[in-house]
Amino acid sequence: MFAAVTLVSAFFVVTIRNIVYSAFSLLFTFFGVAGIYVLLGADFVAVVQLIVYVGGILILMLFGVMLTNKITNVEIKTGTINIVPATIGVALLSGALLAALINSNWKTLPVQAPMPTTALLGTMLIQDYLLVFELLGIILLIALIGAASMARRGKV
Amino acid sequence: MSEIGLNHFLVVSTLLFSMGIYAIVTRKNAIMVLMGVELILNSANINFIAFTRYGNFGLQGHLIALFVIVLAAAEAAIALAIVLNIYKTLATVNVDEVDSLKD
Repeated sequence: MFAAVTLVSAFFVVTIRNIVYSAFSLLFTFFGVAGIYVLLGADFVAVVQLIVYVGGILILMLFGVMLTNKITNVEIKTGTINIVPATIGVALLSGALLAALINSNWKTLPVQAPMPTTALLGTMLIQDYLLVFELLGIILLIALIGAASMARRGKV
Repeated sequence: MSEIGLNHFLVVSTLLFSMGIYAIVTRKNAIMVLMGVELILNSANINFIAFTRYGNFGLQGHLIALFVIVLAAAEAAIALAIVLNIYKTLATVNVDEVDSLKD
């Protein structure tokens, strides 16, 4: 069910020509992916997905769409190129990947009942992965400062 | 329908990945290319979390998925700033018309 929502809306994302519509289908794709995370027992990651992707990245994308088109332009279309070779190439690629992963014999554990993961993740984040955590903080800070200064350049 | 296993999630993420590649290759608009990148990152995350669920890795896959989400947020912010700059200087966001390094 979630997989169907995800795949159908992702298909619309890549095929609809109106860029605003495809941004909104991307919303449903992200919701579907969050549902898949819940099915896989990853509650914290699902919530983070909802907050960061739906709340942050998608809004950013919509701002980008609005700022890079003329507002009076109702029909916001976007062109496509290389349809035929791209379709063939992507079909070949996904066929090869699917064949590889279906034919491989994954050793899987029997599935346990999903547990709440938030406390465990928090503990891991400030013990074993403290360095990565701090580095991510620095990366985010630098990225935000850089984005702000780049987007404002020339206006000051 | 048989019981849902690891393979089902891997198939979903593979299809998502292919659509991301398709969006990157075919779309002209830079923002659509960004959306393709986001689709690919999401499919990688689904893989990480599916292997965490069905394998014996503890919760490391969840952590990596969180790191990927954070990096995707940073990447989207930077990329949109670059796209805005391109639009301001060249008045287009189509990646096939952006072909000058210096004006």
